[in-house]
Amino acid sequence: MKTITRSFSVLSIISSFVGNANSTHLINGRRMYLSYRKMSTKLKPKVFVTRRVPEDGINLLRQKCEVTQWDRDEAIPRHEILNGVKGVDGLFCLLTDKIDEEVLSTAGENLRVVGTMSVGYDHVDLSACRKRGIPVGYTPDVLTSATAELTMALLLTVSRRIQEGVTAVKDGSWGTWAPLWLCGQGLEGATVGVVGLGRIGFAVAQRLKPFGVSKILYTGQSEKASSAQLPAEYVTFDKLLNDSDFVIGCCALNSKTTGLFNADTFKKMKKNAIFINTSRGGLVNQDDLYTALKNGDILAAGLDVTSPEPLPTSHPLLTLENCVVLPHIGSATLKARNAMSELCARNIVAALYGEPIPCQVK
Amino acid sequence: MTKPKVIVTRRVPEEGLQILREKCTVHVWDSDDIMPRDELLKRVHGSEGLFCTINDVIDREVLDAAGSSLKVIGTMSVGNDHINVHECKRRQICVATTPDVASDSAAELSVALLLITTRRLAEGLAALKSGTSGSWKPMWLLGNVSMGKTLGIFGFGRVGFGIARRMKPFGVHKILYTDLIDVTYAEGIASRVSFDELLAQSDIICICCAVTAQTVGIFNKNAFSKMKNTAVLINTARGQIINQEDLYDALQNNVIGAAGLDVTVPEPLPLDHPLMTCNRCVILPHMGTNTVEARMAMCVNTAKNIVAMLD
Repeated sequence: MKTITRSFSVLSIISSFVGNANSTHLINGRRMYLSYRKMSTKLKPKVFVTRRVPEDGINLLRQKCEVTQWDRDEAIPRHEILNGVKGVDGLFCLLTDKIDEEVLSTAGENLRVVGTMSVGYDHVDLSACRKRGIPVGYTPDVLTSATAELTMALLLTVSRRIQEGVTAVKDGSWGTWAPLWLCGQGLEGATVGVVGLGRIGFAVAQRLKPFGVSKILYTGQSEKASSAQLPAEYVTFDKLLNDSDFVIGCCALNSKTTGLFNADTFKKMKKNAIFINTSRGGLVNQDDLYTALKNGDILAAGLDVTSPEPLPTSHPLLTLENCVVLPHIGSATLKARNAMSELCARNIVAALYGEPIPCQVK
Repeated sequence: MTKPKVIVTRRVPEEGLQILREKCTVHVWDSDDIMPRDELLKRVHGSEGLFCTINDVIDREVLDAAGSSLKVIGTMSVGNDHINVHECKRRQICVATTPDVASDSAAELSVALLLITTRRLAEGLAALKSGTSGSWKPMWLLGNVSMGKTLGIFGFGRVGFGIARRMKPFGVHKILYTDLIDVTYAEGIASRVSFDELLAQSDIICICCAVTAQTVGIFNKNAFSKMKNTAVLINTARGQIINQEDLYDALQNNVIGAAGLDVTVPEPLPLDHPLMTCNRCVILPHMGTNTVEARMAMCVNTAKNIVAMLD
């Protein structure tokens, strides 16, 4: 009997490798049914993916893992994610998924990596993950160009009043060319302040240079060696607000930066200042921004990120001509999204197979 | 000696008018609307200088109405296709434009339009306002990043050069240009190619040339058929350079990817024009130089041009 069992086990292992999840075997007249699912999970870790994502990532996961997925374009409802994470070894999530205590404890003991398909990780409870020894993977670098480019596109849309132009074309208020109609503000000779000279902030500053900006300032926790390449001057937050014609939010959202842009901040800015945020909506007190724009404390604003997302159509910010709001398309290119999916998958597979994680949140 | 008479056909920044008033007697059509034709013909009579905009058609009729006193026409623009330059030359009337002071502003707007079109900002704005955007989705509203792409400039003048310089840090792989001659300041930035090569190789094409007999309608069905079907066409030069019916067909049939137009025929484009219905056609109301600084500089420059000729 022992011999038969052993060969049976060998048979089942071989079957798993060739992908037979279930198989029946006739041994001494007795039909033995062995579900290989439990066997498989010991060989192939289980990963739950919370959305339909580019194939590059899924294909990579499937090579090494057993993948279950919320295969829809829309965000996964809360009860579905709680259902889906039960017993998994890895979790592939998006910035729309709140990964908190409840999700982690529902997932259970097997969970040993969370990978987010984003560079922001404010939606993941890092301390809860640390407590459980769960590393968190994220996707910096691969989306930097796309996001910096979108930041520039948004900045120019605001500074050159393009939203108003597009509207005038569509609603018939476009008359003939007039010298002073719909005049905006050029970048030529401007001082630009980058709040957070990280990967994206630096990439934005590089793109600003040939537009003839006279000075690039930046602020943050510490000076950055990379600033010498631009060059950009390290200043206090207050000095940046005081001196800048354009203020660009590029820093991560955390406990220190939540609500960083509030009534006081806007009052410290120039009256002709243009504020751009492509980081996270939580950086901005939106009621204060509305007031500042309405009262002329600052000239105009452009937001790719808001609280919540999407911003409700009835939100006061959407009534202002000097406020441009985009539906969070910072990294919306095929190239970036493919790369984000693939990197997220690589982070997860590396963690599950005991290898160094390519991009882990420190 | 009486001061020379100058007619200004529109409301323009004071700084320019002050310069004119020092040396001339200035009559201003102080309105944001175009000076009516009959008013122009009446007032231009006996004037020595004419300060106009692109909306004023300065043809034989206007030149005749002005009479032999007219010495200089200063247009607050770079383009001069609204002026019968040939006839002015024959009558020894100087035509002055405002290059250089407007180039940066126009190049900046061209890049803005390029980015807005390739990254589908107009669709994004509309989706948010109409409540159809939803929350963040990995595969929604994906645009084209400029990094690694080939940029083609049709007409490597001041604006074309300004676009090329600004696009470099976006990581474009190659910049090509088509022009009548080898442009010296293109060295190190862009390579000269034939029109057909430009069409075939470019992922993004920016039209930056003047309107001439050679360039009118040059972007037509034939040209579009030679372009990549993912190509993006940007026009901030003059509307006549594109055959708009052919453009509409090209967009509808996915012959090219998308278009961004700051200039059209006519301006304004009628609300029922087919291009207005194209999702992948972004249309701006000829904003080209719409910064306070640029318009101020153009106005001052035009005034200086006129005074220089009359003084």
